[in-house]
Amino acid sequence: MTQIDPTGDPETNRILEPPFVPAVAPSDAPPVLSVRGLSVEFPTDDGVVRAVDDLSFDVFPNETLGIVGESGSGKSVTSLAILGLLPKQARVRGEVRFRGDNILGAKENTLRELRGDRIAMIFQDALAALNPVFTVGNQIAESIAVHHDLPKRELEARVVELLDMVGISQPAQRAKQYPHEFSGGMRQRAMIAMSIANDPDVLIADEPTTALDVTIQAQVLDVLERIQTRTRSAIMLITHDLGVVAGVAARVIVMYAGRQAELGTVDEIFYEPKHPYTRGLLASLPRVDRRVVNERLHRIEGQPPSLIFVPSGCAFHPRCPYADLQGLCVSERPPSVELSVGHCSDCHFAATLDERPVRP
Amino acid sequence: MRRIVYSVPVLVIASFFVFWGIRTTYDPTAKFRASRDSARIIAAKRKELGLDKTIIAQWWTWFTHFLQGNLGVSDRTNDRVWGMLTHAMWPSLQLMFWGTMFALVIAIAVGVYSAVKQYSIGDYAFTGISYIGIAMPTFLFGLLAISLLVTLPVTKFHLTHPYLYSVGLHSSGKSGFNIDYLRHLVLPVLTLTVQSVAVWSRFQRASMLDVLHADYVRTARAKGVPRRKVIFRHAFRNALIPLVTVVALDSAFLIGGLVITEQIFSISGMGQLFLFSLTGGDAPVLLGWFLVVAVFVIVFNLLADLMYGVLDPRIRIS
Repeated sequence: MTQIDPTGDPETNRILEPPFVPAVAPSDAPPVLSVRGLSVEFPTDDGVVRAVDDLSFDVFPNETLGIVGESGSGKSVTSLAILGLLPKQARVRGEVRFRGDNILGAKENTLRELRGDRIAMIFQDALAALNPVFTVGNQIAESIAVHHDLPKRELEARVVELLDMVGISQPAQRAKQYPHEFSGGMRQRAMIAMSIANDPDVLIADEPTTALDVTIQAQVLDVLERIQTRTRSAIMLITHDLGVVAGVAARVIVMYAGRQAELGTVDEIFYEPKHPYTRGLLASLPRVDRRVVNERLHRIEGQPPSLIFVPSGCAFHPRCPYADLQGLCVSERPPSVELSVGHCSDCHFAATLDERPVRP
Repeated sequence: MRRIVYSVPVLVIASFFVFWGIRTTYDPTAKFRASRDSARIIAAKRKELGLDKTIIAQWWTWFTHFLQGNLGVSDRTNDRVWGMLTHAMWPSLQLMFWGTMFALVIAIAVGVYSAVKQYSIGDYAFTGISYIGIAMPTFLFGLLAISLLVTLPVTKFHLTHPYLYSVGLHSSGKSGFNIDYLRHLVLPVLTLTVQSVAVWSRFQRASMLDVLHADYVRTARAKGVPRRKVIFRHAFRNALIPLVTVVALDSAFLIGGLVITEQIFSISGMGQLFLFSLTGGDAPVLLGWFLVVAVFVIVFNLLADLMYGVLDPRIRIS
């Protein structure tokens, strides 16, 4: 997916003009977005839901950071917290630094100026996320017009250009259509066009391909990648699909119960996972290449924890085959252990995982 | 356009049922029963009026006359029914028009306010008021309004003329759109619409709340659209779509209110004509009346369909 065939269809390769830069973080550049100790709690009738718990990570310019985790692991809440879009009752703590300034709890107007201009978001279900009563062009134009004073003509031209960029044919006519006249993949493309309208520094893609079938998924991810080579945006790709992450991201954060489980490059996460949860996730992927007849899929025992009553110590310990159920794993929350530069695992036994006995 | 065509058979069928209903419940020869030789007179009268034929034949006669623009004459006054209806229609249409406009504006404003400021003092206040409005019978509200807003100020401040009038739509000798008209209009319009305002505002609140939690509203916020614009551009228009349905369905309900309101405020419109004809057993007028009301309800629903098209591109007919 990373490769774009230079001899292929000129239609899809039009935007290759700027030299292709691999989406790997340049280690010397300062992070464009820096999250420190982010916690989000929702008071409910049943108790306090701790959706995100002391999460820290950096996003570097022009990189693609994958955030993986199952439903309810706090991925989407994290992205909404960054933009200040959580409902009023949410209690948010920590810091979100954008180019050095803390924007968590900043004034609505400051946030508003950042939203859609410097930090943009792509939502999961494009049909629900686009307003049914306005044309697609109108909605894309709006995201520009909110931040920039452009004459109508230039605005329209820019909308057509954007639609063209995300690979929508006949962009001028398409701009005049309503979301319901678009197909699923086209809607997600339109959504992407809307989010990149102002060349944002950070693009948060919240499960951008979940609602799409596989071929369309690939196309949409391809569009995202091509867009990145042009705009040099950092992309935070939130997904529960490990395959998507493997194909697109450079670095990956694996989340469990609102916390970081493991952080590393794609290769580290996929080939040298140092957290039992990551191992469990990878083992449960169906493999076509190593299929044994009648083999049953691996599964992680137990269920994801309730975010109201998170297990003590390491949140994963009740399901963890490596856990020391009499000691550390139950009593103490594991620190983030840096195993090599940029590869962290939040496990007490991260360094010695391979030698540890596995519970039956 | 196709909808207009569809409404024709609806109207024809409705007219038959109305005709059947009135013919079976009301006997125009009843007044001869007390006279001597009643059997002979009634039989003759029945022949003269065509009552000896089948119900469908009777209806067909009436219907073909109607197609020729002839709705017959009133049993009571011998006036032409069509003339009576057109005469009564005008004041009622005025009430309906101003009533609907007023109710829509107030209900939408209150509903949007309550949704945007959910659980605020204002929201609770409007909720309370609207429940009172829903529970209040039209006639009670009308009478209360007259005693509190007309009679009370007159006796308290010793006025020669009240601020608001409670009889008719114009002072005698006056007509047209002026202050006098408005002073007459306030109370009947209020009475007619108090329930609609209450119900519609609750509805608008719910639908606005729904929309404010929709994904596309979150998208708009994520684009950096200012709050006011999010509410009035993105949410408002979507929230109006379900209200159109309710308003269209309530059009028939408004006519019920019209009967009571016109009676209270002595406005000689359709409502009064209906009551007079009903109590006086005036079948030809009632028949015409129902036909006009049916047309009105159909037109109102057609307007609602047009509004859908304007508001919602998804159901716009290409």
